[in-house]
Amino acid sequence: MNDVAQSSVTLPARSAAVSAAAKAGAGALKMQIKDLRFYYGDSLALKGVSLPLAERKVTAFIGPSGCGKSTLLRVLNRMYDLYPRQRAEGEVLLDGENILRPGVDLNMLRAKVGMVFQKPTPFPMTIYDNIAFGIQLYERVSRAELNDRVEAALTRAALWGEVKDKLNASGLSLSGGQQQRLCIARTVAVKPDVLLLDEPCSALDPISTSKIEELIDELKAEYTIVIVTHNMQQAARVSDSTAFMYLGDLIEFDDTDKIFTAPTDRRTQDYITGRFG
Amino acid sequence: MAEKHTVTSFDDDLNALSQKIAEMGGLAEQNVADAVAALSGRDIERAQRVINSDERIDRLQQEIEESSVLVIARRQPMARDLREIMAAIHIANDLERVGDLAKNTAKRVIAIEANFGSHRLVVGVEHMAELCLTQLKEVLDAFASRDVAAARTVWERDNEIDAMYTSLFRELLTYMMEDPRNITFCTHLLFCAKNIERIGDHATNIAETLIYLITGQTVTEARPKQDTSSLTSVPYRQA
Repeated sequence: MNDVAQSSVTLPARSAAVSAAAKAGAGALKMQIKDLRFYYGDSLALKGVSLPLAERKVTAFIGPSGCGKSTLLRVLNRMYDLYPRQRAEGEVLLDGENILRPGVDLNMLRAKVGMVFQKPTPFPMTIYDNIAFGIQLYERVSRAELNDRVEAALTRAALWGEVKDKLNASGLSLSGGQQQRLCIARTVAVKPDVLLLDEPCSALDPISTSKIEELIDELKAEYTIVIVTHNMQQAARVSDSTAFMYLGDLIEFDDTDKIFTAPTDRRTQDYITGRFG
Repeated sequence: MAEKHTVTSFDDDLNALSQKIAEMGGLAEQNVADAVAALSGRDIERAQRVINSDERIDRLQQEIEESSVLVIARRQPMARDLREIMAAIHIANDLERVGDLAKNTAKRVIAIEANFGSHRLVVGVEHMAELCLTQLKEVLDAFASRDVAAARTVWERDNEIDAMYTSLFRELLTYMMEDPRNITFCTHLLFCAKNIERIGDHATNIAETLIYLITGQTVTEARPKQDTSSLTSVPYRQA
């Protein structure tokens, strides 16, 4: 009984990624992951992943627990460098340059490729300082310009209206959804090109989630966005392309519309329809 | 594909939908067969039964639509599951129309009771109906077993019914021209034939829906068409 969408061959992971790269080639590629292998100590967590990340598009990583999606996300701004015994092999190109090579300025990289985590992590400072802190780390700006930059970042994160009269209040006094938007504002304040979102809405209520999704829709006009999510419907709603991962392999990568209406690989279909496990 | 959802009530929902479609299909098939049998046997009672039982088909269509909406709201179905729901809605619509066409045919049986003409012409309609019933039965079987090859076969055979209709059309026109007393009978018969041709089209629609359900690709090729009746005329020759 042929019940997977029409394809007589299950593409092995590598050639699936190659054909996906060809598809993405029509638009510019902001980042390119090439045969990435990642180790936690001696344990191989990513088994040679190749994936294109199109510029100013949203790419979602989905897959069951332990598939490597968060690991993959954290390679993109070399967060793993903070931990011993974690290493990456292969190439990750940002604007054509390999960010895995030695000698890369990691602070600049992490300004250019910003990250937002599952649990909102505002600094224990005022709302104003939460934003200003990052800017002042990288640039010398006048007070007036700093005010403008803070306002711009908070506006960009759809938070300005709610906090403009209490910029001196603690960042921790905001609601969960607002804190998360503060973290997004903080990330965009240092003028990144890429935003990495690691399950940004998992800790939030439905209304905050909708606001963040609306924000992602607006932000993608300016930034390249990668989002890891457990919520299939969210991946379907916010992303342009989706990568399905399983046990450290990239199983399928395609336009989101195709993945969620007629995926090619049986495992993808099983996962997104709730037949997994 | 793994057969079962982790949440088994989802499977129950989908199975219930399939069963309703099967029931609706069976009723529609029966009504088409009865309507044609009523026509050739001039059986008014049988015709009336068809007319009365159409209401059940209509109700099933409503139930299927409501169930489908509930599944969408509750389960947010993806991929194959989503295509299943869409297919259920489309097929229920096609089957409801099939039921209506059978009912309309049955109504005409009652209308021509007093004006019955040549049995030879009725035989022509019977032949069309036979093929059409085969199409219906095969497509409903294909749906039950999710058989894409069988669906394709039904899809390709649509033009045979069309060709029969075109030639029946010609014959009826000729008959009417030979003797105006035949006009009432032939006109009703023409509508019956058209109804049956439309039933055949609905069977083909169901086949297309089934192909999309199984493969995820819509059928984009043009159907093989042999119904040229809209371009047909028969010259009038003075006797």
